[in-house]
Amino acid sequence: MRLSVRRSGVLALMAALALVLRGSEASAQDSSLTVRIGLTYAAGTKPGVLVLPVNGANGDSVRAIMQRDLDFSDRVNVIATESLVMDSTADGSRGKFNYPLYARLGAAAVIQATMTAAGLHVAVHDVRTQKVERVKDFPVAASPLSPDWRQQVHAISDVIEFWVTGSRGMSASRILYSSGGRIWQVDSDGANATTVSATGGMAQLYPAWHPKATHFAYVVMTNEGTRVRVEELGNGSASRTLSARSGSVNTSPVFSPDGETILYAHAMEAGTDLYAVSVTGSESPRRITVSRGKVAISPSYSPDGRRIVFVTDRAGGSGLYLADADGTNAEVLTPYNFGDRSQRTDPSWSPDGRLIAFQAETDGKTQIYSVSPRDKGSPKQYTSEGRNEDPSWAPDSRHLVFTSNRTGAWQLWVLDTETGRTRQLTRAPSGAKAGAWSPRLIVH
Amino acid sequence: MKRMHRGMALALIAAVFVSGCRRNPETVPTPTDTTPPTPQPTCDAACMQRRADSIAAANAERDRLAREAADREKAAATARSRATLEATIYFDYDAAEIRGDAKAALDAKLPILRANSGLQIRISGHADERGSDQYNDALGQQRAAAAKRYLTDNGIDGSRISIVSFGEQRPATTGSDESAWSKNRRAEFEITSGQIAPP
Repeated sequence: MRLSVRRSGVLALMAALALVLRGSEASAQDSSLTVRIGLTYAAGTKPGVLVLPVNGANGDSVRAIMQRDLDFSDRVNVIATESLVMDSTADGSRGKFNYPLYARLGAAAVIQATMTAAGLHVAVHDVRTQKVERVKDFPVAASPLSPDWRQQVHAISDVIEFWVTGSRGMSASRILYSSGGRIWQVDSDGANATTVSATGGMAQLYPAWHPKATHFAYVVMTNEGTRVRVEELGNGSASRTLSARSGSVNTSPVFSPDGETILYAHAMEAGTDLYAVSVTGSESPRRITVSRGKVAISPSYSPDGRRIVFVTDRAGGSGLYLADADGTNAEVLTPYNFGDRSQRTDPSWSPDGRLIAFQAETDGKTQIYSVSPRDKGSPKQYTSEGRNEDPSWAPDSRHLVFTSNRTGAWQLWVLDTETGRTRQLTRAPSGAKAGAWSPRLIVH
Repeated sequence: MKRMHRGMALALIAAVFVSGCRRNPETVPTPTDTTPPTPQPTCDAACMQRRADSIAAANAERDRLAREAADREKAAATARSRATLEATIYFDYDAAEIRGDAKAALDAKLPILRANSGLQIRISGHADERGSDQYNDALGQQRAAAAKRYLTDNGIDGSRISIVSFGEQRPATTGSDESAWSKNRRAEFEITSGQIAPP
């Protein structure tokens, strides 16, 4: 049993819960919020949340998924309890809830989920006021325990997280990655790893999500060069290949936030530049950088699509530059110091626009950092164990997926940038690299 | 009778004397060949043909061995040329500049490419595992392009040379130390069309 919130803290949390749970549910986009709705809690503490046992077929799975989602959110303390103790009506008087017991366990909120014919009925109890503060019926249409069913439960977890903390969760999302020469996807909690790309090429690399998660782009490496392929998710036969010029390198594709454009790097003998091309392929690629024999590669869009960050070695060692989306008004983001051999590469702009994560070398090992594109201050280092590369932001702009060899093999890991907590996401026999986190797949 | 005994005694004495004076071992008398000499046979036409065939076969074998030796030498020379042409060059960390040792390796390829104008080659650029995978794709391309540029600057037609980058996806050796990394920062050369003529 984990009681991480002390009694005095619990009282404060309860008071806060009473205030915040009266707010209305926010719209789908967190960025549109102007008033904080969720539970207010002191910095460094997290509200305790108790998920009651869920009766009915697959109720145990629903509860386990919700508990894990809330735990992986890193915003609440999930209170693990014995089912017998925490049976929602096990206080000796059926129909009543044992709020004093929940309070003693450190719970500020209690989640009560009930299976219904159409899906799931969810109620959130405020332990301090001993009242139900939130109720909603969620449809769950997919076949029980199927990947789609799990995603729908994840989406409910994200709403619960929003009710409790004011921040929507990221559990209803997936991560694309490269493993064994193919592109795979895995749920945000590490479940349902499966290949998603059509066969072809000796290696498939660097997947990127379309903002609507209907398509994805990736790089196919062949003996004749590398190509960018755009593919419909779940329909490998519906794909299109960009830039079929032999012998050239086409790499690091990324979709613009409006989903209309693909930006990628095209390497010729004269250098490597960024090119923009319509997703529909209705026009020729247009070059947006002029590297003059140098390298411009690995672009990432700002959330509004008006700016990009990319890697270039035009000033010496490879570093990060900002520019308008058409390549103009380029400026240095990470200054290059003469003689510095530390590469700063693989930038990822957070969905909320506040930070740009990237990788850089420290003591000969690559580590994950972030820097603010606004004040361009000193980068903040997130990792130090093993070599860590290729960060990609979760839709909550708090978690990162990255590649690490800390266990001896390259696998994907998830980092909470607030607490530094990490968890291993993949255990692919042939290793995993180049994780790309999707947007939220279901938003209630 | 008495005279006869004296004669026998003298003969015996003489025999003993002769016997006592001889130092050489006693030789076995060679039997006398009493077979009449065989007349020497005359070589008829068939015989002469066999003799000529034998001589011709010996000469052919000698020539064959000589040719094989020459072929072996040519094959060895061709193999040496191929090895020289396909010799890998190496690069410094995060660099695509041609090093001194790489220049020597590229210079050795020039006469082979000049002497075999029908040859076409592909240069593949590679990177070690450090740094960004995507950046290493571009770095591999830069390395292949730098090697091609050196050859074309020295008179080789650029249309005979294609380049490709495999970034860090095809390491020559595994490992995570400088020994392995230095072997993986490289450009490889492969004949894609044509044959190397014997020198």
